[in-house]
Amino acid sequence: MNETRSSQLSPQAPIIAPGHTFGSVTDKISSIVLTKSAPIPWYVAAFIGFLCTMMLFYAITYLLLKGVGIWGVNIPIGWGFAIINLVWWIGIGHAGTLISAILLLLNQKWRTSINRFAEAMTIFAVMCAALFPLIHTGRPWLAWYWLLPYPNTMGVWPQFRSPLIWDVFAISTYATVSVLFWLVGLIPDMATLRDKTVHPLLKKVYGVAALGWRGSAKHWSRYETAYLLLAGLATPLVISVHSVISFDFTIGIIPGWHSTIFPPYFVAGAIYAGFAMVLTLAIPLRALYGLHDFITMRHIDNMAKVMLVTGLIVFYGYNMEAFFAWYSANQYETFMVWNRMTGPYWPIYWSLIFCNGVAPQLLWFKKVRLNLKSLYAVTMAVNVGMWLERFVIVVTSLHRDFVPSSWGMYYPTRWDWMTFIGTLGMFVMLMFLFVRVLPMISIFEVRALLPQAKVKEAPAE
Amino acid sequence: MDLSVIRHRLANLDGRTYWRSLEEVADTPEFQAYLHREFSEQAAQWTDPVGRRQFLKLMGASLALAGVGACTKQPTETIVPYVKAPEEVVPGTPLFFATAMPFGGIAHPILAESHMGRPTKIEGNPDHPASAGATSHLTQASILDLYDPDRMQAVRFRGAVRPWSAFLGAMQSAMAAQRAQKGAGLRLLTETISSPSLADEIQQLLEEMPAARWHQYEPVNRDQARAGARLAFGRPLDAHYHLDQADVILSLDADFLGAGPDHLRHAREFAARRRVAGDQKAMNRLYMVETTVSITGPKADHRMPLAPREVEAFARAMATALGVAGVAGGPLPAEARDRWIPAIVEDLQAHPGRALVVAGETQPPIVHALAHAMNRALGGVGRTVEYTEPVDASPVEQTASLADLAADLDAGKVELLLVVGGNPVYAAPADLRFAERIQRASLVVYLGQHANETAEFCHWTLPETHYLEAWGDARVYDGTVTIIQPLIAPLYDGKSAHEVLAMLSTEPDRTGHDIVQGYWQRALAGTTKTAWAMVGADGKPFPDLDTLWRTALNDGFIRGTALSAVDPGPVASLAGAAAPPSGAAGLDLVFAADTSLYDGRFANNGWLQELSKPHSKITWDNVASMSPRAAERLGVANMDVVELKYGGRTLRAPVWIVPGHADGAVSITLGYGRALVGRVGNGVGFNAYLLRTSAAPWVGAGLEVARTGDRHEIAATQHHFLMEGRNVFRAGTLAEYLEHPEFVHEMGETPPRTLTLYPEHEYTGYKWGMAIDLTSCTGCNACVTACQAENNIAVVGKEQVKAGREMQWIRLDTYYAGALDDPEIYNQPVPCMQCENAPCEPVCPVGATVHSSEGLNDMVYNRCVGTRYCSNNCPYKVRRFNFLLYQDWTTEPFKLQRNPDVTVRSRGVMEKCTYCVQRITHGRIRAEEEKRTIRDGEVVTACEQVCPSQAIVFGDLNDPNSRVATLKAEARNYGMLAELNTRPRTTYLAALRNPNPTLEEARRAQAPEHA
Repeated sequence: MNETRSSQLSPQAPIIAPGHTFGSVTDKISSIVLTKSAPIPWYVAAFIGFLCTMMLFYAITYLLLKGVGIWGVNIPIGWGFAIINLVWWIGIGHAGTLISAILLLLNQKWRTSINRFAEAMTIFAVMCAALFPLIHTGRPWLAWYWLLPYPNTMGVWPQFRSPLIWDVFAISTYATVSVLFWLVGLIPDMATLRDKTVHPLLKKVYGVAALGWRGSAKHWSRYETAYLLLAGLATPLVISVHSVISFDFTIGIIPGWHSTIFPPYFVAGAIYAGFAMVLTLAIPLRALYGLHDFITMRHIDNMAKVMLVTGLIVFYGYNMEAFFAWYSANQYETFMVWNRMTGPYWPIYWSLIFCNGVAPQLLWFKKVRLNLKSLYAVTMAVNVGMWLERFVIVVTSLHRDFVPSSWGMYYPTRWDWMTFIGTLGMFVMLMFLFVRVLPMISIFEVRALLPQAKVKEAPAE
Repeated sequence: MDLSVIRHRLANLDGRTYWRSLEEVADTPEFQAYLHREFSEQAAQWTDPVGRRQFLKLMGASLALAGVGACTKQPTETIVPYVKAPEEVVPGTPLFFATAMPFGGIAHPILAESHMGRPTKIEGNPDHPASAGATSHLTQASILDLYDPDRMQAVRFRGAVRPWSAFLGAMQSAMAAQRAQKGAGLRLLTETISSPSLADEIQQLLEEMPAARWHQYEPVNRDQARAGARLAFGRPLDAHYHLDQADVILSLDADFLGAGPDHLRHAREFAARRRVAGDQKAMNRLYMVETTVSITGPKADHRMPLAPREVEAFARAMATALGVAGVAGGPLPAEARDRWIPAIVEDLQAHPGRALVVAGETQPPIVHALAHAMNRALGGVGRTVEYTEPVDASPVEQTASLADLAADLDAGKVELLLVVGGNPVYAAPADLRFAERIQRASLVVYLGQHANETAEFCHWTLPETHYLEAWGDARVYDGTVTIIQPLIAPLYDGKSAHEVLAMLSTEPDRTGHDIVQGYWQRALAGTTKTAWAMVGADGKPFPDLDTLWRTALNDGFIRGTALSAVDPGPVASLAGAAAPPSGAAGLDLVFAADTSLYDGRFANNGWLQELSKPHSKITWDNVASMSPRAAERLGVANMDVVELKYGGRTLRAPVWIVPGHADGAVSITLGYGRALVGRVGNGVGFNAYLLRTSAAPWVGAGLEVARTGDRHEIAATQHHFLMEGRNVFRAGTLAEYLEHPEFVHEMGETPPRTLTLYPEHEYTGYKWGMAIDLTSCTGCNACVTACQAENNIAVVGKEQVKAGREMQWIRLDTYYAGALDDPEIYNQPVPCMQCENAPCEPVCPVGATVHSSEGLNDMVYNRCVGTRYCSNNCPYKVRRFNFLLYQDWTTEPFKLQRNPDVTVRSRGVMEKCTYCVQRITHGRIRAEEEKRTIRDGEVVTACEQVCPSQAIVFGDLNDPNSRVATLKAEARNYGMLAELNTRPRTTYLAALRNPNPTLEEARRAQAPEHA
């Protein structure tokens, strides 16, 4: 086994375990969907996800009835869990686009085994994220359309100088492109499922989704072009979305927010968080459905390396934040960092440093990267750490800003927790539903990775 | 909490270090635990779906019908409007009526604003010499009491609703029986009365029935001062202080700026003598010794906390040094004895005829007498202090008066007891056991506004009118009479004291209007007992009643009715007048009127309950205040519940550590722990009356404090944080300032206005701005309540205050500096800064907060969706958010109170100070109608209008001669956080102290942290 693993990990190692044919790949992946029963863990996880989703709906209903005062927000801490969760979820949603678009453009073939569910994860994460900017407002029944630039008889427009408006555009664009990218990528596999299923209704459903795909050369040619164009379109979004999210903070004058370092370190943090979440999902799914042949240790190793790199960038960001607070000699900045480290929220700050700065250093070691248990522990630490990072940015900056008489403390309420855990549940439920009804690995792209597919490569190359 | 650690930590800090609370300095595990425990507060939302707020609303809805049913038409009696009033009522244009609020027997002259027959706001009467337009926060809040839905709404006999006629019938027969025995069984218990017409009515009743007795009692009374005057001059006299004449003032525990019958005038005169601006380069100097931290104390140039018995010893030592014979005695701290007294004596004697000694109202008679003697010795009598006969219609020693009544009740002599106002069952000294004794009267009638603790024990309970509902009259402290005119018919079928007393007479049908006018008709004719020298504005007597009446109602006072100063004569020898205080160890218990609830009468007033108390910033509670050392000795921390054992009685109350409190005493304020007052006040706080006896109404020795292990959470509007060496509050001494006026600006950087690529915005029309003089501000809270009344600001309740969601638009920040046991205390009013570069504006996604052409930072409530980004980005944190539905939209009477010019905000909307934009608009309309620009001082904001010390000045910065522009040209003027380039329109004038150089040197030597 060790030999296999090390051979898999050499740069030349195949991305798919040897011995697969076009037929075996198709059968293996499509059989997960085209079966009458699912494994027991699927039911358990999906049901827990469902319960949490119901809790989320309950919490939101109560919120709409009573107001955001049911949360722990106050003056001076006007933003709490809602914005923390928004940024966290959006960050998680980054891996999908990165894997789909940038790695595609960079011709990183290993992306094919993970891009499908990474994209699905992106969409679900963005759904969870997009919930928060709306429900955190005082009057969501107005906010949902007053933040959109729609022509109206009063000539009233949103205020385009506000980063919250940029947010609306950034998130909605990102969500649209991600969904489009995902759906386009699904077309050939939809046709596969349409052809393989025996159930007449499913045949219809998958048939509609396949948009009349017949697999002709012309189809393939146009498809490849469209997919590449979409990838080109999505690539800048990887950079832009989280840069814009970071503007929510950097445009403000609050110490701890007003910082030029935010856009790059938010983007790095987002990719960091996204890969951590992909691994968090991939490792159990791989075991549950026996996908070791498609998601190999090489994939896992690569993802761990991406995490290490982005983690180092993020950690650099933390250090620079502290350094420049000292270097600026600005008493408010200095106090802000000192307060993070030693103020009432010091456990949160130091947990963040441990989770995001110290724990990922283990990934320097191949042994850690290739041991699923230790790797999983690191990814969980990063998931938690990234959430704590947002807590530190949002709460510890606000709770002690300029005028000491107005300093306060923020304590989340049960409604904050219910909403947060509710979105986690909704995410899990959606992921498991996706796994059940759509191929979680791109069948046609994996087929193209088989040695058999390379035979007909153009001689010119 | 280890206070020695805190003291040590503070001593090791560099520079002028400001700190907010002891827990913060200590950073104890308990503090951390407290922070964590706060989480549990939110549980109320979950476990108690029909919480307090909701319950209030439900109750309000059910009471709404009662409120509507009680509304009647305007009275047919003539109300003569004030000068501002137009001929007719113009919708949208308020009318102002000059009247007065009777309070503790003293009139507080006011203008009541009326919108279409609804009084909505109290303003000070700017023409009245006693207040010059200022009011206290209590007067401001009294408008809410008018609309209190918990007021008594019907006449009841033993709980059953009866018509007034039934009461009249019962009285006529009861009085017939009394008349037969010359009133031997009739007793009348009132509060302090200065109303000439009401006193006359009572006198007539007593003449008719000479065996009847009239008792007066208020828990916060002037017995001590009167006894002191009797001790010094042989008769009760009222002292009137002229702070404008005083260069050096010594206050013996006298909170003359924050409380007392004349404190508004004191505050104005005191501030005027300290306003270093323009040509004025001198300040008066105030020395203060006090037990608790009052409003006045922190304004003193030198303040020393002294236990009550030390205050007396201090007074004795001072008097001895000033040549008063035979009064020496009592141990004093070495610092006071060796350093303070020689320095103060020297300073006082250097200003003959310009020096003043003021004794606190609650001080024992001997201290008052010593103050009189010292003023005599310093040549102040007739200059800095004048004496008049008492302003009360019948000055009695009230505690004794109530004790007499109690004795009569015991003796079974009382057949008919009429209680007019007050709440003796709740507020009488505990040793009189009034609740028990009142039941021994055969028939008890109670006239009051609430079905309170006293009403519980009365047979007949009658709804009393609010002062805005009935005719009356009252005198300000200098004796000037104001006719009280109603602005609205009684909301709840009430009658005034005048009318109820008339029911006891042979002419029961007289209206309040007739009674009051009738009295002044007789006064004009000269047939009243008191001779009145009433004159018009021209100095001539009134030709007829009509002229008198119209002038009185128009002006809000009657000229010539002030008491004339009398020569008190020499001060009697005080040797042996009272035993000097012993040096016995042990704690004293100090009672004080509460700054918000006073004696408890305002307990159902949400504005006052939620008003954070000066310095401690506590809301919705009273506490056992003590010094850090005392807490250290007792081993207690803030919010620990202790048992106060005193005179065989016990009371549980939470501890609050007050830096600057005297060591040997624990103080607690009156007015809390009401059992029966209404939805707002029931069960809030702890009833200190349970410990108060007639022998020791203000100070008592022999208090024991025991820990209980319980905690009581307190909601404070400001929490426990260090000032971190930031220069938001700038202070210095007069000498520093005169030598180097730029020191204020050197404390912080202001970026040049040229640091931008864009051309500066031109404000071509008006350019509104505000200047707040921190030297003048006393932190009295009047501005906070005035703003709440003017701008329809919601009350949120204790739980929400605890969660950090109070709504007041202007707040008073308190900062401590220096040593823990005797800190400097600074107050800073913080409204919206109306920044020219407002950080809140560019971040709002819907443009709900925008800049006006006159430089106001406007809130568009309708457009706000509540992202709260503006508040996050506000460096001053002056924005307030409706996290829940805080406004009471259902209780009918409250709808009448609201200012129709100000939007009533709903849930999910941000709000903040607007510089009273509705008042600016009114001024603009008036100016445009008259084709002129708005004059300086024509538009005053609510906070400016009410400010007793005239610390807040608002106006047009484009007018170089405006008051605000001249103040901003002062070198003391600075912008808070101006280094952020927000360009605040609200700026501050740095606080100046005028310390005695001798004492200041010693102080600096002692406090290394001031280096």
